[in-house]
Amino acid sequence: MTDCGSITGTVSLAHGDGGELTHRLISDLFLRYFRDEALQPLNDAALLPAQCGLLALTTDSFVVKPLFFPGGNIGTLAVNGTVNDLAVSGARPLYLTVGLILEEGLPLPVLEEVIAALAAAASEAGVAIVAGDTKVVERGHGDQIYINTTGLGLVAGNIDLGCHRVRPGDVIICSGAVGDHGLAVLAARENFGLEGLKSDCAALHTLILPLLENFPGAVKWLRDPTRGGLATTIKELALSAQVDIILSEEAIPVHDSVRGGAEILGLDYLYLANEGKFCAVVDRVAAEDVLAFLRRHPLSCEAALVGEIKEGSGRAFLRTALGATRELYLLSGQQLPRIC
Amino acid sequence: METWSTNHQKELTARLLVRVKSLAAAIAGKLGRRPVIMEVCGTHTVALARTGLRSLLAGCIDLRSGPGCPVCVTAPEEIDYMLCLARQPGVIIATFGDMVRVPGSSGSLEKARIEGCQIQVCYSPREAVTLARSNPDREVVFLGIGFETTAPAVGLAVKEAAALSLKNFSIYSAHKLVPPALATLAADPDLKLDGLLLPGHVSAILGRRAFTFLAREYNLPAAIAGFDALDILGALLELLLQIQKGEAQVNNAYPRVVSETGNHKAQEILREVFSLAPANWRGLGLIPLSGLKLNTAYEAFDASHRWRLELKPAPPPAGCLCGSVLKGLCLPPQCALFGRRCTPLRPVGPCMVSSEGSCAAYYRYAREAG
Repeated sequence: MTDCGSITGTVSLAHGDGGELTHRLISDLFLRYFRDEALQPLNDAALLPAQCGLLALTTDSFVVKPLFFPGGNIGTLAVNGTVNDLAVSGARPLYLTVGLILEEGLPLPVLEEVIAALAAAASEAGVAIVAGDTKVVERGHGDQIYINTTGLGLVAGNIDLGCHRVRPGDVIICSGAVGDHGLAVLAARENFGLEGLKSDCAALHTLILPLLENFPGAVKWLRDPTRGGLATTIKELALSAQVDIILSEEAIPVHDSVRGGAEILGLDYLYLANEGKFCAVVDRVAAEDVLAFLRRHPLSCEAALVGEIKEGSGRAFLRTALGATRELYLLSGQQLPRIC
Repeated sequence: METWSTNHQKELTARLLVRVKSLAAAIAGKLGRRPVIMEVCGTHTVALARTGLRSLLAGCIDLRSGPGCPVCVTAPEEIDYMLCLARQPGVIIATFGDMVRVPGSSGSLEKARIEGCQIQVCYSPREAVTLARSNPDREVVFLGIGFETTAPAVGLAVKEAAALSLKNFSIYSAHKLVPPALATLAADPDLKLDGLLLPGHVSAILGRRAFTFLAREYNLPAAIAGFDALDILGALLELLLQIQKGEAQVNNAYPRVVSETGNHKAQEILREVFSLAPANWRGLGLIPLSGLKLNTAYEAFDASHRWRLELKPAPPPAGCLCGSVLKGLCLPPQCALFGRRCTPLRPVGPCMVSSEGSCAAYYRYAREAG
């Protein structure tokens, strides 16, 4: 490994032992990409200026396979996933920590590509990477790279989001087409040869923070429907707010590539993961203005009003295109592609 | 982005739905009961639930699920054999994901994996050949589960392994053939089926003609159906028209995919690699010539020849009605275990595991129905 050339070789156990190779990995690779001031002293803890308001803290681990997929990679996912957890809590994301668990034998150029993507995603999202950690496990004891990111954000005092504010008569707005990420990753992992699929992996705070600023009080609840997809997220909301929710199948945006791919594989796109979408509960009176606002942003140009909140006891329903109503439940076990 | 369907399709579907419902009501008036139609294919079971068609037709047609899920019809002793294979030293089991969680007498492949056995999920049989090539010091056994749709791909994998002279690759063939199972159902006096909704995928391989025996020998109306609401309603309409007229034919309501004589290339692979054998079906029992075993020329790739394991007949789990569900004798919610002791997270029977399984479809889409 050199100071300025491309990195070659593979990860070895010595890269994680805290000795010379660890030091070189940090100085020659990580610090080339992670340039935030708070990280540079490489102290045991980052020293950050105290902030006024509510702190939002979240952590998430990323074990996606394959590491690279259409529309993103494990690095972009590790940043955007955590940034979005902060954003849907109404927080402005400020800082990230990055924990890496590397498998012995991982090619260093692959690691570099992931680190570069991670740094670029953080830079694009405007969050500072201020602390990190690296461990190496023996070959066969990991799956190339696992990443943990912890995010710290700040919530402005006037923001109040939560299921306690959800009322019958409110509506559900989905910021765009569902299922893109889940199917893109599955198709890439299993080499299904489906075309036109691309993960929606994106940081949403540049969309959510102005939304909250422009519609104070009208946006009542936010969530990014990741694992379990839209259906599970809506069912969770119904349960926690103790209301019934009715979604309209025809109103839910979904790309034809996802609809067709899911049909071929026997999967339900309502349960496929998303990494660049949010669902919002919005006061019905403001709904049209919120939709118009969202549709002006490239990340939510396909936003749609997909359902409504009713009096009830925690049930979620889908009104199908045929006019039937079926109940939605939490995802129960992994969705498996069918055999025949 | 388009909506769920074009307006034209939607209008057509709505019109078909009205016709199907009124025709079914007229037949019900004549019979004194709703017409009983079995959807043979698991994908149809899922489509009926997902689109809401099952609930829309509930008052007019008695729709029964059939033996159309390949995982579900795998007999308990076959699952035990697979578990036993997984526990042989040096063996890597390559399998479709659905099989991993199906319970046998001594756990499941998932449990075996936790115990340290090597279980590799594949999405195509050829992946298993690649796995064997990259693990020359291990024995890779592919679990051959499926109907006429899957078996040709398994046959291709065997041919590839033979061409490569692989010594460490074999398959355990638990394949099943749909027409003999339908003959068994058609002959069952307890079922009293008025019509069969035939599987589009299997029909694409076999062709319409392979099912004409249903009308000829059993006087049973049948229609081959595709998988969206319009396809299914179209096939149901054709079926109901037959029932009303007292006729029995096998209609092809999926002609854009299914031909008269099917996919000859796939049939050729089946003939070259496999020969017919008796097979034990969960719920339906032993049916002559309803399974596939490897031909003599490919016997070297037959796992049941390499590992002659003695296995006792395995009874189904206590209280599990998967067998009756597969035979169309009851609906999943009528099983006392459904949604209580048996859920997708803790399945008792295979119908709750597979994405094609009737119980899983009911649990996912209509838990309180029935």
